Amino acid sequence: MVKDLVDNFGLAVTAGKSGLDRNVTDGYCGDLLSEIMGNAPQGCAWMTVQGHQNIVAVAVLREMAAIIITGGQTPDDETIQKADQEGIPILLWPNSSFNLAGRLFSAGVGNPATQ
Amino acid sequence: MSKFRKSFHIKGRDFIRAGEAAINIQNLLKSMDFDPRLVRRVAICGYESEMNVVMHGGEGSLSLEVDADRLTLEVTDDGPGIEDIDLAMQAGYSTAEDAYREMGFGAGMGLPNMKKNSDRIKIESKRSQGTIVQMIFFLPYGDKAD
Repeated sequence: MVKDLVDNFGLAVTAGKSGLDRNVTDGYCGDLLSEIMGNAPQGCAWMTVQGHQNIVAVAVLREMAAIIITGGQTPDDETIQKADQEGIPILLWPNSSFNLAGRLFSAGVGNPATQ
Repeated sequence: MSKFRKSFHIKGRDFIRAGEAAINIQNLLKSMDFDPRLVRRVAICGYESEMNVVMHGGEGSLSLEVDADRLTLEVTDDGPGIEDIDLAMQAGYSTAEDAYREMGFGAGMGLPNMKKNSDRIKIESKRSQGTIVQMIFFLPYGDKAD
């Protein structure tokens, strides 16, 4: 669940608290929205540096578990509002997407070897 | 005779509402119990076509039509029109402004994604008059037909 990621990796929760019980079944990294729309797996935790409100629409359409904004970037106020409305958690990670993705993958997220 | 048709307004340059038409259509399709793979394909096409209007067009609409053998997605706008459709269909080609590219838009994958995820696509456009894009999804297939 998203809550497990928060607890295990020390992610800050900045929006969408009502969605912390959503199941995380995969992970994905990317910042080009068309690429994300075409490829991000359902139920993923999406790591991105984008913080504008359109990331919530993308997360809803791709049925993601959560958005993790990385690299010390932060969401706009409108993004937080939208995420709260839709119940999509937005978490923060101060280091790179690569750094977090490696940790998540090693812990089993989206890792076929551990399933 | 269509079983069902619903249309959603798109306002150009309105990034606050951008994506809502596509989300509404996705919710409609889910409530009608369509194959999730089909819903995903329509969602991608709906989102990309909506964002094209938000970024480039003036005012427009995104509509869904449900028939016995197909779904039809149609997006129309009164924007600047597409000058060269073949060029616009090329992966990587984009006329998006710099400000949009910084937001992660303008990768030039919108129209290619729409073509990839629909069974048929038809584009009609005239410079300074607007654009109509029609996408057909054959039923009962989940994945792309043929």
